[in-house]
Amino acid sequence: MLSLNINKKTYKVDADPDTPLLWVLRDHVGLVGTKFGCGVAQCGACVVHLNGEAVRSCVTKASRAEGKQVVTIEGLAENDDHPLQKAWLELDVSQCGYCQAGQIMSAAVLLKENKKPTDEDINDAMAGNICRCGTYLRIRDAIHLAADIQAKEGAGK
Amino acid sequence: MVFFGLCNIAAFLFVEEGIKPVYIPIKPDICMEATKTNFNRRAFLKASALAGGGLILHFSALAKLGFDDKSQLADAPAQWNEITGYIKITDDNVVKILCPNPEFGQNVMTSLPMMVAEELDVDWKKVVVEMGPHDNVKLGPQFTGGSMSVRMYWKPLREAGAAARNMLLQAAAQTWAVPVEELSTKAGVIYHEKTGRKGVYGDFASKAAAIPVPKGVKLKDVKNFNVVRHSQKNVEGAKIVSGKPLFGLDYKQEGMLIAMIHHPPAFGLKLKSFDASAALKMPGIKDIFSIKMFEDGFEQAGFDTRSFNTLLVVVGKTTWEVMNARKKLVAEWMPAGDTKDTMGGRVGKREVTVPGELETTATQLEKMKQHAAMPANQMRKDGDPETAFKNAAQIVERTYVAPFLAHNCMEPMNFFAHVTDEKALLAGPLQGPGWSEPTLSKILGLPADKIEIQMTRMGGGFGRRAYSHYQVEAALISKKMKAPIKLIYSREDDTTYGIYRPMYTATYRAALDANKNLIAFHVKGGGIPENAIHANRFPAGAIDNYLAEGWEIPSNITIGAFRAPRSNFNAAAEQSFLDELAEAMGKDPIDFRLELLARAKEKPVGKNNEYDADRYAGILKLVKEKSGWGKPEHSQYHRGVAAYFCHNSYAAHVVDMVIKDGQPYVERVFSAIDCGIVVNPDAATNMVQGAVVDGIGNSLYGGLTHKNGEVEQKNFHSYRIIRMHEAPKKVEVYFVQNDIDPSGLGEPPFPPVFGAVANALYKSTGKRYYQQPFTSPQSEVPTV
Repeated sequence: MLSLNINKKTYKVDADPDTPLLWVLRDHVGLVGTKFGCGVAQCGACVVHLNGEAVRSCVTKASRAEGKQVVTIEGLAENDDHPLQKAWLELDVSQCGYCQAGQIMSAAVLLKENKKPTDEDINDAMAGNICRCGTYLRIRDAIHLAADIQAKEGAGK
Repeated sequence: MVFFGLCNIAAFLFVEEGIKPVYIPIKPDICMEATKTNFNRRAFLKASALAGGGLILHFSALAKLGFDDKSQLADAPAQWNEITGYIKITDDNVVKILCPNPEFGQNVMTSLPMMVAEELDVDWKKVVVEMGPHDNVKLGPQFTGGSMSVRMYWKPLREAGAAARNMLLQAAAQTWAVPVEELSTKAGVIYHEKTGRKGVYGDFASKAAAIPVPKGVKLKDVKNFNVVRHSQKNVEGAKIVSGKPLFGLDYKQEGMLIAMIHHPPAFGLKLKSFDASAALKMPGIKDIFSIKMFEDGFEQAGFDTRSFNTLLVVVGKTTWEVMNARKKLVAEWMPAGDTKDTMGGRVGKREVTVPGELETTATQLEKMKQHAAMPANQMRKDGDPETAFKNAAQIVERTYVAPFLAHNCMEPMNFFAHVTDEKALLAGPLQGPGWSEPTLSKILGLPADKIEIQMTRMGGGFGRRAYSHYQVEAALISKKMKAPIKLIYSREDDTTYGIYRPMYTATYRAALDANKNLIAFHVKGGGIPENAIHANRFPAGAIDNYLAEGWEIPSNITIGAFRAPRSNFNAAAEQSFLDELAEAMGKDPIDFRLELLARAKEKPVGKNNEYDADRYAGILKLVKEKSGWGKPEHSQYHRGVAAYFCHNSYAAHVVDMVIKDGQPYVERVFSAIDCGIVVNPDAATNMVQGAVVDGIGNSLYGGLTHKNGEVEQKNFHSYRIIRMHEAPKKVEVYFVQNDIDPSGLGEPPFPPVFGAVANALYKSTGKRYYQQPFTSPQSEVPTV
């Protein structure tokens, strides 16, 4: 029995400890915002945070997450109002939308570590996330906008 | 009446785009029936516990599975009054508009309801939008493909909105005992100015639902639109960014099992035998068996393409357990040899031989070369091209080649099915429920009205999800297991079991006289297994002596629609050739095209020219102006231009390329589009930007190769997809402003990107590129 802390809640999961975190989230816990795209850490659709680091949950054994804080797109912000989520809606980034949770989770770690990323910073940090619809330009713009929102919100606190 | 005509248009356009036409009969007289639903709030919630047909049940079933906000369910209104098939209004004034067509990112779930709302005259911000059930009688053809959604629903949806508004007005007039002509509406409120009375639509909805649908309604002048032509945000945006269950892969039901398919590892192979003893012992595994797709002689419709007829299936409790068990499965494969398929459809029943060869890319290329030298079918001939070529002072001849492409939808193929002896429920991502249903009905032996298909949001489509095989597979597995199941393809399954973009080639020849005038044009195209040539498109109609020919090589590699079928190759080849031709003639590439278009307008050659020369010239002039054609912003930019017409729309791009770390990089793009009225401008811009990125990626990196029938690319480490750092810094999109009815947009901006990239590559490197992908697919794949 695995014990996992996901989005500040504890879940007891009856699964093989080698099961990738992705499938524990999707099949056992019922959090399906984290997406399956490739299964081999190539597309970024499955990015979640493990103790604040972006990891690809499709190649992360669930046992590795024990005793750590897992955050998925569903738990990124209490009211789904993370600056990135606001910016994504403001710029209407999504087309099919399938990759966007992974994009946002990767970008969230970037923004935490780099308050004012340049285009180059964004290109480097986001090169592991594929968007087949080609919304990259809007993702880039939305990350810049989110950085501004984050700065304003920070100043307001 | 409305849909009858439209279906004919749809069928015609599919012929044009090379997709086998499917005719969906719609009973015109009941297209817009008004019915009042009988569910009160209690019945509504109670009904949600059941699975089955019907509008309300459908909504409830999805809500139960977390497919809709809990809040929405809690606020479930007392009574929905259905006013035309697309609109439901409650007594307490909740206005709901159903989207008829499946959503794969082209944003129809927003744009189609916008068209209803425009004529209904409601406050868009207060409208509840929901994906409709599959019901071709009530909701029309309901397919996503051929860039048809907006154009085929443009009139019917506005008419539905206008009819509903008219019925609400009549209901108000009856209630207030005033002449209906004295009433007006604004944003969902009905006013009677003389008496100062007003009331919201909900006040009259119940009465309106009983009023017969008016025949013939007056539509708004497009100049008075206040919803359409104004940017509205994606109605599912908030759900997407918060990870709500929306997609087929997210769909769940109590007791649902997971199934995966083991298909032959190469085209041309079939299952010989298998040993499941070790795999069956793996935890969570329920069963392992083979299924047969089609019985001998099964008449295949246009979207019934399937790569293999016998498939090995593993069923278990969870995805990971099934994936693990597959590794223990021992299967033996053998050559399938030549096989026979029975094709049905409009052309009539016919037998087709599928060759058994295990194909290899080098051999495919060699075969195409040989076929290109043989006589081909004449597709169009104007004047006397043979003599013109004989008398030419100079002949320019170039051959272009492009590979198979995989769609690579981010959400791999998957589908839910629960099949019992009496009925079937299927749910998941698909483009044409009306295409799949007759096939499912035949294979399951169930009447169509016992098959319910629910359309989830699709994680991409690009043509791939028009094909029903994965739905049939899911249904057969559920039937065998007597349980609800979800079939999931791994990425490797998805890449290696494809309905691919075909492999194409074309040789273009142009004859010039001693004064470098273009006197004849010849295109001879072919492919595996189809040729791409659109014989009646530009530059046909602009040149006195013209010849188009085509040939095909049969193959067992399954192919189908891929974003702008055939056009996606033609625009690459033809637009590169025109660039090279302009250079040989000493002309600017845009001016050269404009000269040809002027000729096509003033004195068109031949018949059946598909394009409007004025509109075609219009986008070239617009992109020339907006890009500052003669003067790129930076001196290091190498410019390429291309334009194309397809799906009744016109698109031109100017791309600015630089060489960065030895690799071509498109830094900036200017796009000019004429698709008539733009329904949702910001979303349309997004779609064009996406098509530009998609075109750059596929032209530079895309490609699928075979070795002895086996697909050599298995996943994104070997099939290169464009990534963030390879996407342009800026794509500026300009739409031609006119009041022409909307034409296609999902596909038209895609094909000319290929040509513009090829032409910019020439300017960057001094070398012409004739074979796609233009860079090695293996270079520069980022490691993570």
